[in-house]
Amino acid sequence: MPKTVALTGNSACAQAMRQINPDVVAAYPITPQTTIVEEFSTFVAKGLVDTEYVTVESEHSAMSACVGASAAGSRVMTTTSSQGLALMWEVLYIASALRLPIVMHNVNRTLSGPINIHCDHQDSMGARDSGWIQIFCEDAQEAYDTTIQAIRIAEDNRVRLPVMICFDGFIISHAIDRLDLLDDEVVKKFVGDFEPLISLLDTEKPVTVGPFDGLYGYFFEFRRAQELATLGSLPVIAEVGKEFGEVSGRHYGLFEPYKLEDAELAVVVMGSTAGTAKFVVDQLRENGVAAGVLKIRSYRPFPAREIAEALSGVKAIAAMDRSLAPGAIGAPVFQEIRSALYDNSARVPVIDYIYGLGGRDVPPAHIEKVFSHLAQIAKSGKIDQVVNYLGLKE
Amino acid sequence: MSWDIKSIKKWKVADHPVGSTIPVGGNALEYKTGGWRSEQPHWLEDRCTHCMICWIFCPDSSIQVKDGKMLGIDYDHCKGCGICATECPKDAIHMEEEEK
Ligand code: SF4
Ligand code: SF4
Repeated sequence: MPKTVALTGNSACAQAMRQINPDVVAAYPITPQTTIVEEFSTFVAKGLVDTEYVTVESEHSAMSACVGASAAGSRVMTTTSSQGLALMWEVLYIASALRLPIVMHNVNRTLSGPINIHCDHQDSMGARDSGWIQIFCEDAQEAYDTTIQAIRIAEDNRVRLPVMICFDGFIISHAIDRLDLLDDEVVKKFVGDFEPLISLLDTEKPVTVGPFDGLYGYFFEFRRAQELATLGSLPVIAEVGKEFGEVSGRHYGLFEPYKLEDAELAVVVMGSTAGTAKFVVDQLRENGVAAGVLKIRSYRPFPAREIAEALSGVKAIAAMDRSLAPGAIGAPVFQEIRSALYDNSARVPVIDYIYGLGGRDVPPAHIEKVFSHLAQIAKSGKIDQVVNYLGLKE
Repeated sequence: MSWDIKSIKKWKVADHPVGSTIPVGGNALEYKTGGWRSEQPHWLEDRCTHCMICWIFCPDSSIQVKDGKMLGIDYDHCKGCGICATECPKDAIHMEEEEK
């Protein structure tokens, strides 16, 4: 029987890790991720898992140890945040290039400076082209559920790529939420046994991992193969989300349309703000405003065709970006959305709203402001300002 | 597992193994690194006492030996680092500029 509990997002993810029982976890604590590894290491100390827990001296070492352990043939997990992810950066590319199915939480926190420990998505955005699958979560339940699904996605033979589970620091990681945990047995069965493609420890079948390509020049072909695997993970993410729904009653897709079917005004958003946006949409609907939300779940790979189709009927769209891309035309979510919509026959106006940097609060009133801006654009058919800032004192 | 790379130059995206993992071990022999050299070690056989110190130190397994005797240098793989010349107690290896 599933158990209804009150847990923080981090505790929920630590529970998921306990149920998955990975062979190796190598991690370094960093706010706001710390309590995941803290709780998980307690499970290790109490003998509740069989995991080899490697305490490392930095995130660079954490990811390096994960790469080694994964190439050795084990199921590997880790967790990080912000500067920790930044320090892992060069090894992230090795993990994806070697096609190692490592699963990692990135508890979203901004990047310094000035030093700030609160939420935005800039850390994940820095790694968006690293070849990792990136899935964003709205609440503790989704973070827990996605952790379990991520194992299946990463280890699927059509994929074999590392997966980053992204969820908002403090807002999800530290707030206590009501959620349902699956039975240990159900999780164990859902994730199944890990069957590594390669194992450095298998002396019967020696392999050469990470060979030198510098002078031969097959790099281009490898990167393209890796890109194809990333794109090929889209149906797998959808399949695993559906299968997870069958065992848990909670179904997941590549993105979540909320009251989008007949919507005229739509907000595209990732992470915890999706919850706030849905709340605002419910209120607007009561007042007869045809508002809707598209919550992105799989940001990498980006389901461009599917999203363009889901947004084809609306009159005005705001992409919500919890990050900044200095010098670019708007921030990443906006760029992706506007580009995805370019191939639709009808030209729908799209604006960008940059919000919540460094943990700046996003109350419902701010989202209402976005919708009234959209209403104005839908009415006039004209975009007054493409890139906008929400809750900024200016 | 077989690993036939005769036509590797013609391989397309799908022909390469997943994650660039070579499905066999011990294939460094096939990868000739001699071209990286800018200096070449020369072995002066008459000074050599076959002490094997160069064989121990060579980082590229390029000192060829058989039955406790040094036979020469494997120029297909020697990178010209000069460690053997530095370590040889009998001054039996000299480094010279690589011929173009
Ligand atoms: S170190 Fe010098 S003396 Fe000893 S085996 Fe090598 S070349 Fe000969
Ligand atoms: S020069 Fe360096 S690589 Fe070449 S044989 Fe001597 S020690 Fe080995």
